[in-house]
Amino acid sequence: MRNPTATLGERLTRIGLIGLTGAVLLFLVAPILTIVPLSFSSGSFFYYPLPGLSLRWYQDFFTSSFWLSSLKNSLIIGISATVLATVLGTMAAIGIWRARFPAQALVLAMLISPMVVPVVIVAVGVYFAFAPLGLTDGYAGLILAHATLGVPFVVITVLATLSAFDRTLLRAAESLGASQITTFRRVMLPLILPGVASGAVFAFAASFDEVVVVLLMAGPAQRTLPRQMFAGINDNISLTIAAAATMLIAISLALMIAVGALQRRSVRMRQAVR
Amino acid sequence: MLTGAAAAGHAALASVDDDAITLRRALRKSRRREQWRAAALVLPLFVFLAACFVVPIGAMLARGVIDTDVARILPTVTAALKSWNGSGLPAESAYQALIADIRAARGAGTLASAATRLNYDEPGFRTLLFATGRQLPDELTAPARETLIGIDPKWGERDTWAAMRRAGGPVTDFYLLAALDLQRDADNSITGAPPEQRVFRDVLGRTLWISAMVTLICLLLGYPVAYVIAAQPPGRAGVLLFLVLLPFWTSLLVRTVAWVVLLQKEGVLNSLFMSLGLVHEPLKMIYNRFAVYVAMVHVLLPFMVLPLYSVMRGIPPSYVRAASSLGAKPFTAFRRVFVPQTLAGIGAGCLMVFIQALGYYITPALVGGAEDQMISYFIAFYASRTVNWGMAAALSIMLLTATLLLYAVYNRMVGVDRMRLG
Repeated sequence: MRNPTATLGERLTRIGLIGLTGAVLLFLVAPILTIVPLSFSSGSFFYYPLPGLSLRWYQDFFTSSFWLSSLKNSLIIGISATVLATVLGTMAAIGIWRARFPAQALVLAMLISPMVVPVVIVAVGVYFAFAPLGLTDGYAGLILAHATLGVPFVVITVLATLSAFDRTLLRAAESLGASQITTFRRVMLPLILPGVASGAVFAFAASFDEVVVVLLMAGPAQRTLPRQMFAGINDNISLTIAAAATMLIAISLALMIAVGALQRRSVRMRQAVR
Repeated sequence: MLTGAAAAGHAALASVDDDAITLRRALRKSRRREQWRAAALVLPLFVFLAACFVVPIGAMLARGVIDTDVARILPTVTAALKSWNGSGLPAESAYQALIADIRAARGAGTLASAATRLNYDEPGFRTLLFATGRQLPDELTAPARETLIGIDPKWGERDTWAAMRRAGGPVTDFYLLAALDLQRDADNSITGAPPEQRVFRDVLGRTLWISAMVTLICLLLGYPVAYVIAAQPPGRAGVLLFLVLLPFWTSLLVRTVAWVVLLQKEGVLNSLFMSLGLVHEPLKMIYNRFAVYVAMVHVLLPFMVLPLYSVMRGIPPSYVRAASSLGAKPFTAFRRVFVPQTLAGIGAGCLMVFIQALGYYITPALVGGAEDQMISYFIAFYASRTVNWGMAAALSIMLLTATLLLYAVYNRMVGVDRMRLG
């Protein structure tokens, strides 16, 4: 990129561009960089410089029944919704990939639509329909609603993995006498597993981060972590919220790295098969 | 001899034809079986989404146009008003029907939901109905019309009865009109809502304006960033993209909390500015439009940078070099050769950001002020606070229509199948 014949104007443009990019990237990461150190503060205000370092806010988190039960609720709802979305989504993606059937484009559009419809409409609709059925009292309604929100992620990632899957492998396995189920379990599943897993990670992240449905439907007993943070911002904002945020950031980072690793693995496996 | 051979040949050919037909049939059969199997794999998810997504949302949206409460609770007066031509006052029979209906509804304890619906259209109707119910004499000593007007002169006004007729259902455009600050008058023609009740045009306009501004800011910031990243060697580009993706992966609540911490009055930025001597009193940076823009751009910027980056990555540098070698000044080469090749990315990024911005709820609710709430806030408000499903549904219809239209454009331009994650 460096060009010895560049004019002054070109050099200034280049410096300006790089400066702007740096500023924007700083803007993107600044909030995260701000909140993480604060969670280790020994003081009790959102202030820099930190008066000292301590783990008291983490201790507060892990001894608070509010925060702990919200973490538990998030995990129960997130994992159940992920299992549901992943099983149903993977089956559907394989179906769509296997053969064209009537109105397929329309069906696919419907499977993707939870990602497109504004989440407040999903939340209000589900609340409207589930409340008379008594589904809003426990976890059931939240799990079903979060599973619908996670489905498109699974369908999209599994379909993307399948588009690189070699159909002749299935025929080879079947011509060697393997049953359909064996073929799926021993040939197809191992090859598409990275795609399925990253779809599941996306679905989990979607549920783990979701707050609008929870805001409308969850009672005090089903408050999730984001819902608890929402309440924390509104009434008494304490540094425990920074500790919770830092742990959520760590979880997001882990999920992000997991998806990256899964995608690399999927590429490697595809190359190995060829 | 010859004819015999020909016949044998014919027979052989016919059997080949038969074989071909059998084969074709078998193939078609197996293809159909394969289709059935494929459809059977999709079916569970299809049923699940129909039950937990399509039907609930559809039923909720239907509340925006279906209007049966009044007809169910006050049936005879609703029927009687069908024959009223809207001029003057309804016939004595309608007054009698109303008295009978109010008595029946009070007995069944259902008057409240009819009163709620009528009150949306004509403020004060709830009080009117309940007061009338309480004051109705056990035995009518005068004609029904006189009795009712004696209880409340409003029963002698055409507007009262027109509101009642409008609420007769079974379908209504009342909520949809209200969502646009419109209403029907006693003559059933559409007019503007009274000025003190006009809120929704403001909300719709504000939603579009905030979304457009956020999209524009994202484009202005995202384009140069994508340009710089695309020009880096792959390794460094990967690190920079990681920085872009990090907020994308971080919980929405975490980012919003972080902005509250940074921007609030005793927040990190204000204490920094004060200690640097830049300002003497804390700046108001939160619970206003500024904070909404900052937080929304922060959340949505990755959706702009990623499509731009992937488009720019595919543009060979030789094109701009060729333009320069033909004598184009750097800016001309950029504007006339580089930018046109990125139009698809600009379109995809802008649509994606705009569509998502339209439905934003949590971010404006937490960092914005009362004047910065977008349409989603009011949908949730009507659904959960006032439980006015008709209004929540009508606003949802507006938001959903806009979203789906823009999404169709996006689909035509980019294609759902090319939508990528992460």
